[in-house]
Parts: sequence; C-alpha cells; structure tokens
Amino acid sequence: MSELLANDLITPDAGEIPLLSLPSVSILKAAPLTRLSLRCREATQKDAGAAFGAELPMSPLSNTTAAKRAALWMGPDEWTLLAPEEDLKTVFDGIEEKLSAHPHALVDISDRSEAIIVSGDKAAWLLNTGIFIDFSLEVFPVGTVTRTLFHKSPVMIWRIGADAFVVEAWVSFMDYVSGLLVQSATELEAA
Amino acid sequence: MSQPFRTEKGGRIDRAEQLTFTFDGEEMQGHKGDTLASALLANGVHLVGRSFKYHRPRGILTAGSEEPNALVGVYRNGDQTPNLRATQVELYQGLEAISQNRFPSLGFDIGAVNDLLSPLFPAGFYYKTFMWPHAFWDKVYEPIIRSAAGLGKPPKNPDHDVYGNIYAHCDVLVVGSGPTGLAAALAAGETGAKVMLVDEQAEFGGSLLSEVSASIDGKDPADFVTETVAKLAAMDNVTLLPRTTAFGYFAHNFISLAERVTEHLSNPDPKLPRERLWQVRAKEVVIAAGAIERPMVFPENDRPGILLADAGRTYLNRYGVKVGHKVLVATACDSAWQAAFDLADHGVDVVAIVDLRETPPESLMSIAEARGIRVEAGCVVTGTLGRKRVKGALIGRLMTSGQVASGGQIACDALLMSGGWTPTVSLYSQSRGKVVWDSEKGAYVPGVSVQKERSAGGAKGLYGLQATLEDGYAAGEEAAKAATGKSAKVTYASATGGEAGSGGILGALPHDRNAARVKAFVDYQNDVTAKDVKLAVREGMHSIEHIKRYTTTGMATDQGRLSNMNALEIASGALQKPMTDVGLTTFRQPYTPTTFGLFAGVSRGDFFDPVRKTPSHDWVVENGGVFEDVGQWKRTWYFPKNGEDMHAAVARECKTVRESVGLFDASTLGKIEVVGPDAAEFLERMYTNPWKKLAPGRCRYGLLLNDAGFITDDGVIGRLAEDRFHVTTTTGGAPSVFATMEDYLQTEWPDLNVWITSTTEQFAVAAVQGPKAREVIAPFIEGVDLSADAFPHMSVKQATFCGVPCRLFRISFTGELGFEINVPRRHGKMMWETLAKEIEKHNGTVYGTESMHVLRAEKGYIIVGQDTDGTVTPQDAGMTWAISKNKFDFVGKRGLARPDLVADGRKQFVGLLTKDPKVKLEEGAQITTAEQPATGTPAEGHVTSSYYSPALDRTIALAIVKNGHALEGKTLYVPMPTGSIPVEVTSTVFYDKEGARINV
Repeated sequence: MSELLANDLITPDAGEIPLLSLPSVSILKAAPLTRLSLRCREATQKDAGAAFGAELPMSPLSNTTAAKRAALWMGPDEWTLLAPEEDLKTVFDGIEEKLSAHPHALVDISDRSEAIIVSGDKAAWLLNTGIFIDFSLEVFPVGTVTRTLFHKSPVMIWRIGADAFVVEAWVSFMDYVSGLLVQSATELEAA
Repeated sequence: MSQPFRTEKGGRIDRAEQLTFTFDGEEMQGHKGDTLASALLANGVHLVGRSFKYHRPRGILTAGSEEPNALVGVYRNGDQTPNLRATQVELYQGLEAISQNRFPSLGFDIGAVNDLLSPLFPAGFYYKTFMWPHAFWDKVYEPIIRSAAGLGKPPKNPDHDVYGNIYAHCDVLVVGSGPTGLAAALAAGETGAKVMLVDEQAEFGGSLLSEVSASIDGKDPADFVTETVAKLAAMDNVTLLPRTTAFGYFAHNFISLAERVTEHLSNPDPKLPRERLWQVRAKEVVIAAGAIERPMVFPENDRPGILLADAGRTYLNRYGVKVGHKVLVATACDSAWQAAFDLADHGVDVVAIVDLRETPPESLMSIAEARGIRVEAGCVVTGTLGRKRVKGALIGRLMTSGQVASGGQIACDALLMSGGWTPTVSLYSQSRGKVVWDSEKGAYVPGVSVQKERSAGGAKGLYGLQATLEDGYAAGEEAAKAATGKSAKVTYASATGGEAGSGGILGALPHDRNAARVKAFVDYQNDVTAKDVKLAVREGMHSIEHIKRYTTTGMATDQGRLSNMNALEIASGALQKPMTDVGLTTFRQPYTPTTFGLFAGVSRGDFFDPVRKTPSHDWVVENGGVFEDVGQWKRTWYFPKNGEDMHAAVARECKTVRESVGLFDASTLGKIEVVGPDAAEFLERMYTNPWKKLAPGRCRYGLLLNDAGFITDDGVIGRLAEDRFHVTTTTGGAPSVFATMEDYLQTEWPDLNVWITSTTEQFAVAAVQGPKAREVIAPFIEGVDLSADAFPHMSVKQATFCGVPCRLFRISFTGELGFEINVPRRHGKMMWETLAKEIEKHNGTVYGTESMHVLRAEKGYIIVGQDTDGTVTPQDAGMTWAISKNKFDFVGKRGLARPDLVADGRKQFVGLLTKDPKVKLEEGAQITTAEQPATGTPAEGHVTSSYYSPALDRTIALAIVKNGHALEGKTLYVPMPTGSIPVEVTSTVFYDKEGARINV
C-alpha cells in the first residue's frame, strides 16, 4: 500500500479477511470512516475548507488532502468530506459552527456507503470489467474521483495510487459490486 | 484412408500434431491449425449441411465468416452450440461436430422433398399461403412454420459457460489484419498511439497467409506477417486481439468486439470466460476489413464441391488442402486464375479454366499454357452435375447475339468460381456512412465518413498487394495523427507480385437451360434463386428493401455480404433501372452472429440485478422468514412459525401487533435529508401540505403529486430543526422522488438555499408497533421522555438507542401506538436483534410486509402504487385534508384545477365489504352496478387491495369506484367466473374509526 496517497484515512479494515488476494490484484474492505456531504455556495467554500481542515477542491473530479482529511469534488456545489471515524462529532460541529451564518447543508453519510480498496497491477483492468471509464494515468491521474456505474450499481471511484482505487457503493449494493469484482477476477487465476 | 486431400507439404498447419475429431459421429483426423472446414475438406468431405428451404445438399463455399452453408453444431460439456460456421471453428482434439437441418441423416434427408416440390414454394410463399382462415394461424400454420423454420437446435440446458466484459479506450482501432490492417497498425503504433488490432481469425495476416506467389521486401508474405506481428507485440501501446470480431459500430466511435477466448481449446480452463465482450471507445478507426469474393449465379451453383476460387486457394496455401483432384475453375476475373495455377503446382488436375471474358489477359493465358491448362474463354458454366458432390459442369459458349450455345460437359470433382470482389463495407455502413457506387470498380465503396473512421485497402475497393500495403500505412499514420497529433516515420515495406487483377461480373449468368426449371442461387443460406428475385419484381416489389423482405435475400447470417450485389443486379435488370436506382439495404449490427451469452454477460443469477438486503437479513434467514422482492430489495414477507402457512402466519402477526406489539424492518423506506434556510419553503412547494408552521420535533404526513395533479408518493416528514427535515418516501419511490426534487432545485428554484441528500442507506429503521411498543423500546432509549404528553403521536427527537445516536419517530402505519427508530446503518443488526429479543418478553412478534399491508388496510391508509395507479388525485383518494388551502403554489396545484380532475364521475377510493364475510375479492377484479352485466358493460372500478382482516375476523377490500364517495351503503357487484359477488360500499377505515389507539 506504499503507493497510497499521503494520508492515513483509507486503511484496510483490520478484522476483515481480504475479499480477493491474487498476485496481480487484491480487494480489501476499508475501515469505517466519517463521511459528510457538504453542499454550499461559492462564498462559503473557503470557510468550509478552513473549518474542515482541508481546502475544498474546485476543479471537477479532483481531491484535496491534508492530515487525516480528504475532500472529494462531487459536483460544483457538492463535496464529500472524509475524516477518521472517531472525528465525526468534532468535524461536524466544527463546520456547523463556522458556517452558522452561511447557507449550507451538512449531512452525515458515514454509514450510507462502504468502501473497498482495489489494488494491484490488474486493478484498473478489473474495474474496467464493469466501468466504462478510461483509467489510463493520463486521463484519470492519482487523486481523481468520480461517481459512475459499475455494471448496474452506482459507485464512487477514487484513485489513491497508480494501482490503487477506492470503490465506494451504498451499503446494500456492496455485495453486488464486490461479488462481481471477485467473480470477474476469476480468470486471472487461470493457468 | 486418412486425409486423402491433404497436400504433401505447405500450409500453416502443424503436420506434427494430429488431432482427432468427429463429424456426425464419424471419426476423422486433422491437424493443429485446421479449421473444421479445412479438416473436413482434407478428408474429402464436402457435404456438410442441408439448405434452409429446399433441403438441398450443401458444401463448404468459403473460407471465412461469410460462410452460408457450412453451419454446424459443436458439442461441448454435453450441450451443443448450433449454427457455428465450420470455416471459423478451429479444430481441437476431440471436437464433436454435427450437421444440421437434416432428418434422419445428412445423406438421406426427408425434407429434400421440398426441392422436388419447389414450384410450390415460390418467394413470398408464406405470405400467400397462410392467410386464411384466420383461426388457423395460431394452431396450425404457425406451429408448422416454426418447426420447419430455423437451422440447428437451440441448446437445452442453461449456459454452463461464463462470459467476460471489458471496457477499453484506444487512440486507433484497426479492424482486420491483412496487409492493410497490419500496415495501419504498425504505422499507428510507431507514433506511440494506443492501438488495438483486431481480427476475427485465429491468426493475424488475412490474405497474406494464403499468398505464396508474391513477396514483401523479398520475403514470403507469411514471414512478413510473423515479423510485423512480433514488432507489434513488442510495443506496450499496442493490444493485439485475434479471434475477435468487431461486430458493431455505434455512435461516437463506440465499437463492440466479440473475443472468443476458449472456443478453440480442447480443455479450456473453467476459470476462463468462453467469450469476452469488448466495448471500445476509439478516437479513430481504420476499417481494413478487406473484400470478399462473389459467387457466380449459374444454374446449380450450390452443389457440394463448388467453392469460391479464393477459398480454394486459401485451403490449399494456408491449410494444405486440395478441394478436389479434378478441379474446374469458372471465372469472370483474373484472381481465380492464380488459384488454378497454385492448384496445378500442387499436382491437382485443373481440368479447365472457363472465363466469361472473350479475351482474358495474355499474361494469364501464357501461364496457363505453360502449365498445360485448358482455357475456355468466352464461356460460362450453365449447369452442374452430381448431387451430394459435383461431378461435372455444363459449359455454354457466349455468342454475339447474347445467346448461349451448348459447349459440352467437363467432368470434375470440384469447381472453383469467382464473380469478382465485393468490398466489405458492413462496418462503414453501421457507422451510418452511405456507400457510393463506383462504376469503374463495379462496386459500392465507402463514401463520406460520418464518424472518425476511414476504410483502407480492399474495404474501399483498392486491390493489389503494394497498393493495399501503402494504403494501410497511410491510413494508420493519418488515424494516429488525428487521434494524438503525433507522427512517426515508418519504413514502408514494398511488395512484388500480388498485383490487382481485372474483371468481374454481377448478376445471373446467361444459359441455355429451361429458365423455369433450374435454380441459380443468389442467397445460399436462405435458398433464394435468381428466379425468386425476378418474381418479386414481377409481383410489384420495386425497392430493394421490399425485394429483400419478400424473398429474404440478404437476410442470412452474412447479411448479404455474398448475395447483395448479385441480387441488386438481377433486380436492376428486371426493373430495367440502373442499379443505383434500386437502392441498397443497410448493414446492421452484428456483423456476424453473436452469442446471447456475450450480450447477457454477468447479468445472470444473483448478479442479474443488485440484490439489496437490509440489516435484519441474516437474522430473518436464521429465523425462517420468507422474503419477497420489492424492486431490488429483499424484504421479509412473513415469518411462519411451527409450520404455519402464509395465511396463518399473517393472521397471527396482525393479531399480535394489535394485542401486544410487533417489530418490523422499515429500513428500505426512502429517506432524504432536506437542509438549508429555505428547507421549509422548498417542502411547501413540493408537497401538498403546509410545512412552515410545523415545529421542530414534530412530524406531518406529506403527499406528493406530479404536475398533472396525480398522487406519486407519500411519506412522513419530521422537522429536526428550523433548517433540517427528515423526509421519508415509499421504498420504490425513493430514487424518483429524489430525482424529481433535484430536478426542481436545479431547473426551477436554483435561488433557494436548500440542498437534498439521500440518507436511505445511512439509517437502519425498526418499526415497533402495538399497545406495548413504549414498554419495548423504553429500556434502550435515552434522551426522550416517552410519555404520551411529552412525546405525542407525530413527534421526532434525537436520542440514543443502547448508547448509539438515533432519530426516534413516534409514527404509525398500523393505527397502533408506534415508534420508528433510525440508527446509523452499521448498528442496524444490533438494534434489530436487541428489539427482537425484547418483544419476545412481551409476547410480541416480528412481522413482514404482508401483515404491514393488512394492518394499514384495516385503517384505510393508501399504498401509493397499489391503491393508486398514477391517475388518482388527492380528492379521488379522499385526502383533500392533506391539501393546504393557503399556499400560493405547490407541484400539482394547477393540475388539480384541470376541468377533468374536478368533473363528476371520477373514480374514488372506497372500502368494500363482501356480503359474505368469508369471501375474499381478487385484487384487480372489476366492479359493476349490475349483478349480471351484459357483455361489453364498462366497469365502474376495480379492487385495489383485498385481505382477510384478523381484527374484524372477516374480509376487507379497498377499491376505486366511479363516484364511489357517494355510494356508501350501496350494493355493487364483482363479477367473477364462478358467479357475481355482491359487495357493500363502505368507508375506507374499517378498524378503530376514531383513531383512539394511536394516541395512547
């Protein structure tokens, strides 16, 4: 996992057995996180970033990271803010306090989705079995984040290394997503 | 006798590796590198199938994917894949193939009687014959046609193979790997562009693999292929895909490829997919699909042993197989002569070259002479002899009058023919390009590019090895430049030999036979003859589109690649119009037949659609609950205990809820968090109800309409703070309500400072309902005074459940005292198990969706989508109380004022009680005013919900009935096959009409 972004947010869930463990690709369940959905207008964005501890990324599909913080661009007025699980209250209250005078919406979505870490030489190939995005590094560099579809499930893809991706799906879709990824990787085991 | 038609040497097969296979049970030998077709020919087998309509014996005609005759079934793992083209089936050890469309055997086929009766089966036969009487269609005609139609038998078992899918992007996609495609791929690859090279065949090289009389840079063409492929394979930016058919060209340069991954293997690793669907977005495409040879349309041109000349050459040079020992070559162009020469060089007796042209090129004549080959110039084949194998040909001499004089017979055991070449424009046509007629080439060639593609080489009617190579390099350079802006210097290879020939003929050849009695086939697979095309014209079909459908010419698996041009010429002659005025049919996807498995991909079994489970799922499985599918969700339907059936389980669950307490998983309900200073204003505009005055900590039922004024969703909405609402929607309506809200926010009210976030899956929700609900939850809840006064019906508060933060609602969908506890999803399992244990102490029950439905029906609560069908207004539903009278506007307000929505006679929501309390109505049953309505009487309405009610110990039903609200106390009827059921119209509330139970 040495290629992971310089943040300590995304870590494999300690108690979990890998969903897939091949020489060329592995799938690990990520540990729980604080996830907040932040919606606000331009005038509020600077303050929001300051309160959160990482600037809000302004260019589409990009991310910004700081120590134990990551902000992911989801739309022109929408960000997903990531922090360690135990920081939920601090982060939530901190932003609410700082933005009390500005129109905004902050919603706890920590439990809405689960994340898996797909990494290895064949990680991009494996994702491409169900995602139509071009994952070449020129087009989808490290740090790129997007919502998209994996077969019939909405997912969020965040590239945290040249060969490492975070795949998030709403909890009830995760069996489908991880199950199909594992199934599609079967051919990598062929002699 | 083993492989009597195999050459001594030559070909690309591995002579050291012998493979055993069976065809119709007969064991034969072949070699690695053979196709099933080449191996059969090596064994002297030409008869491989029976034709579609006349069951005529048919042989292998081509060496490519356009093969119309040699359709076979191949067995694997006890099942059979039908309709594979033997020319594309690679031989492997133990391959089991069967012929098709014959009974009882290939040699003796009862259906062949159709050939003798053929005067009875003209074009349009089915249209003409099976018109009357109408009633015969379903029971007689269709079953007969169905059993006679089609080739091959569908496999019986579920597909045991898996199919892969991959999305890919590239700068340049090159389709076809003949001289043009290889050159294009190399030129594009050298620039560093991302290149994909695909070819439907097992080996790259296309025509170069069967070219032995030319050289490229002084080398054998096959060696040029080997070297070029090695160069390409060494480039990281090039992906090589043999056995891969580009079968569909869609919008925005989206091309689909079918890769056959294991089809050629004797014992494929079960971990590998059988086939893989590639969905490729290419910046630029080079179509190097080449050209295919045209059959000549002469009488009996379909006998086994008659092949296209280039196929004969391919079998010889690439597969080391002689198509016969005494071969007659019939042609109208130069290229077939080379096939004759190559065969002669392998010791085959070429009995004659029959060239339609009066004066074939001198250069060819002299080579023929040197080899001692008889040449009959200005002659055509006017018929053939033999039945299961051609035995000879009738020759006719063309006279200046245009008549044909008999020129005797020539004996042969194989006949090679060439009517010239047709560029493969299928993919170009799929890309929406319009082909244009090139009179010099006598062919339709690609016109203006509609998408980012260019055809090169044979695919645009350019022939000759040097020219096609050069065109390929140029196309590759151009495509790479267009895609990436980069160029590179690539050294062009130069070819000697393989010059472009001349000549070619379209349409039916003249003959001296009785035109009414002979069959000269235009479309082999669909048994369409020259006669049929002319008949179609005589019967009024003047457009090629009509002729195609009337005769089925060009509707075979090759989509008319072999037949279209000949059919067009024949139609043009019959219509006495230039060919370009007859039109040309469009080529559509897929280019060659493609398996259903490839399209289905992973969408099967548990992965057909996401299966969404709630946090209680595992507990329910362990405790024997029965699930029902609600959209993608698995919801618990009911919990049978001690062998109960559904009726008994539901009756017990309902009774227990009303008497003590029940626990229900409500996690699937849609949840939307509406946050911002304008949150109340937004809800005012979306829902019919008023929201601004709703105090934080209170809830209200919300009704959502569409613009037309019809009910589309409902749910309870709790105000958590001045600027924060917790909205619930129906389970099925969650995505559409969210999308509708987002749509209004972005397009109508971007000025509102409010945002919505889906929290459906953020929370697990447990509903605890029944008189003892308070006692059940009390031990676990902190932070709320649960007393009726402090926390009345329709309240919401943030609290904790077992120390976990929760949103506690006091709401009810049963009419009983009820609470819904929302905890973060990860605690859902803990909450469910805690409560399930607790309710046992109170003799409570877990209950499922069926009981939930019964309990709410007893109270007359509607279920949107069951009691409403998209045409029900709040007024119809008796819910005018939910419409705020004081609001300026809300979605649907103007719709509600439409004249037809306020007119009399609308269907309204009512309750129904059958006169016999034991009779349960059918949901969906029609309702009438007359007990025995005359046939054609319109229904007054229909039953929307119907249950046995344990609380009333009788059946109850909800319905929508014309003017229903005014009919309370009246008797209506529900006519059923077993007799009319009298019902009384009642209020929709059957139980606890005062609503006392909810407020305890």
